[in-house]
Amino acid sequence: MEDRNPMAQSDEAQAAQDHSDHLARIAADPRYEALVKRRSRLSWTLSIVMLVVFFGYILLIAFNKAFLARPIGDGATTIGIPIGIGVILIGIALTGVYVRQANRDFDPMVDALKKDSER
Amino acid sequence: MIRRPGPGLIVLLIALVLPTAALADALTGPADQQVTNWPAILMFSAFVLATLGITRWAAARTQTTADFYTAGGGITGFQNGLAIAGDYMSAASFLGISAQIFADGYDGLIYSTGFLVGWPIILFLLAERLRNLGRFTFADVASFRFAQTPVRLFAAISTLTVVIFYLIAQMVGAGQLIKLLFGLPYGYAVVIVGVLMTCYVLFGGMIATTWVQIIKAVLLLGCATFMAIAVLASFGFSPDALFARAIEVKTQLAADAGATPAEAQQRGTSIMGPGNFIKDPISAISFGMALMLGTAGLPHILMRFFTVPNAKAARKSVLWATGWIGYFYLLTFIIGFGAITLVASNPAYLDASGALRGGGNMAAIHLANALGGDFFLGFVCAVAFATILAVVAGLTLSGASAVSHDLYSCVVRKGEASSAEELRVSRRTVLALAVIAIFLGIVFEKQNVAFMVSLAFSLAASSNFPVLLLSIFWPGCTTRGVVAGGSVGLLLALVLTILSPTIWVSVFGYSEAIFPYSSPTIFSMPLAFFTIFLVSKLDRSGRAAVDRAAYPEQRVRSETGLGAAGASGH
Repeated sequence: MEDRNPMAQSDEAQAAQDHSDHLARIAADPRYEALVKRRSRLSWTLSIVMLVVFFGYILLIAFNKAFLARPIGDGATTIGIPIGIGVILIGIALTGVYVRQANRDFDPMVDALKKDSER
Repeated sequence: MIRRPGPGLIVLLIALVLPTAALADALTGPADQQVTNWPAILMFSAFVLATLGITRWAAARTQTTADFYTAGGGITGFQNGLAIAGDYMSAASFLGISAQIFADGYDGLIYSTGFLVGWPIILFLLAERLRNLGRFTFADVASFRFAQTPVRLFAAISTLTVVIFYLIAQMVGAGQLIKLLFGLPYGYAVVIVGVLMTCYVLFGGMIATTWVQIIKAVLLLGCATFMAIAVLASFGFSPDALFARAIEVKTQLAADAGATPAEAQQRGTSIMGPGNFIKDPISAISFGMALMLGTAGLPHILMRFFTVPNAKAARKSVLWATGWIGYFYLLTFIIGFGAITLVASNPAYLDASGALRGGGNMAAIHLANALGGDFFLGFVCAVAFATILAVVAGLTLSGASAVSHDLYSCVVRKGEASSAEELRVSRRTVLALAVIAIFLGIVFEKQNVAFMVSLAFSLAASSNFPVLLLSIFWPGCTTRGVVAGGSVGLLLALVLTILSPTIWVSVFGYSEAIFPYSSPTIFSMPLAFFTIFLVSKLDRSGRAAVDRAAYPEQRVRSETGLGAAGASGH
């Protein structure tokens, strides 16, 4: 175990105090609430879109199998195939949308917030 | 420092064990095993040597608990994305889903979509916040503002429960697969998997585990890509021609089996739409919930977010992982239909009764032979084995961290254990888990693998997921709430599964199941949420006041990453 001299301990206490002041300053910054609000709105909107798409698909399977089994045109491919693959592709596309927004908007906001609240 | 036998010694052991075991089997093995597959064994040995080399390299870099649990947080987003894909795409997905498409066609796609759609949810709600709040285990996040002992205890129990069920599924799958692929007896196969996974995790910790998963992901994606392209090429790159031929083959097979022309036609076209996989709406929704939200509660998956340096890298890793996993499921769809056209109609791959040689799970393996001969068959067999190793290594590491970090360090020693002590407990747990996994793998030889995997997803969706979500997003959540709600969800999911037709009727032999649906999640998950809500609301304890008062600070940290654990020196 490392030695704990009183000097180091007071440094530690000081650091903890600085840290909690830093947290309080961020919490008080109006830009923090704005950031959280924007990000939450995007997060929950995209989550709900994904849930609706997936459970819509599941309900379609549960209640209307015949629709999904209907061939497209004269071919062998059925409507269910582009729909099923579409669910997978929508999932990938939604993650892309979120990452783009986060990289472009949220990261600079977080950085600015953290930087300005340092002392 | 304690002296440990180096990976070199194990390499030697494996090199000795592999051919001997194969030889012994060729002489004495039961008839249902394949003949010894030398190209597969050679290629698998090459994989084992390469990964043990990496383990040796990783062992030198594994000094602290941070290195052991999370590779020191030094994995990049791209690497972690591949490793997540490697952790998630189990042999059950590769062989199981292609086999299901081979048997029933369209139904396999429903599984694939369910396994994929959990990832966007993880990204939107959890990934960055997990990275910002946690260090080693998801319990770090779940217990962030709560009383440590009860929440860590709950998290360790739920982690071990989920990990053990998932581990049994993988061990049983491994044993059956290797018996078929390499012609080794079941018990040998389980022991080899156990020994190799112990090597990776014990010596190389998360660094070795990550690289085993990355290599496996690249190999698996590479060979699936080759197979899908080869299948499409034989139909002039027209998926419609592939589907048309698959219908023809299935129709012919039905006619050969004695069906009337109309019935045969109906049987043939049935592969292009949803079949019997989803019976009633309740089971359908319940199953969908388990697949989608269970992913967000799997401890070994959540742990991967702590291996990257920051929230941005965590986010990037989900994007890569989702892309690779989605791409992989599209490939398995083509591979499954390819197997119908090239394997189901070829007597070389069928036994006397017309069933697939080696069992239903062998569809993709026979297709590899049809497409690329014995050499490629050997390659795919080796990749399938590598796949299992990568998954069990991740599971074991996650189980070990629950015992050493959550139980030993945080509960027993109240955070006073040194890194070296915690590491020692962790390594002992790895050994214990390996023994348990080998033992249970042998005991549960006849157990249905897909059922065990779906049980693990149900448990994770009913316990870890609600606890994580509410502890991160709901200010009113309290210690008592999460412990009560998480435990209720875990228990109810277990009990309802036992009362469901799969266990109550098929295993215990009662005539009617008490719980009529095939998946418990639609009841157990909402009940977990509700219990957390109700108990937290009614909680008037002193601790509850502390829990609620700590929320604003936790939120600043989770939203901005302030004070998040950084990457260690290397």
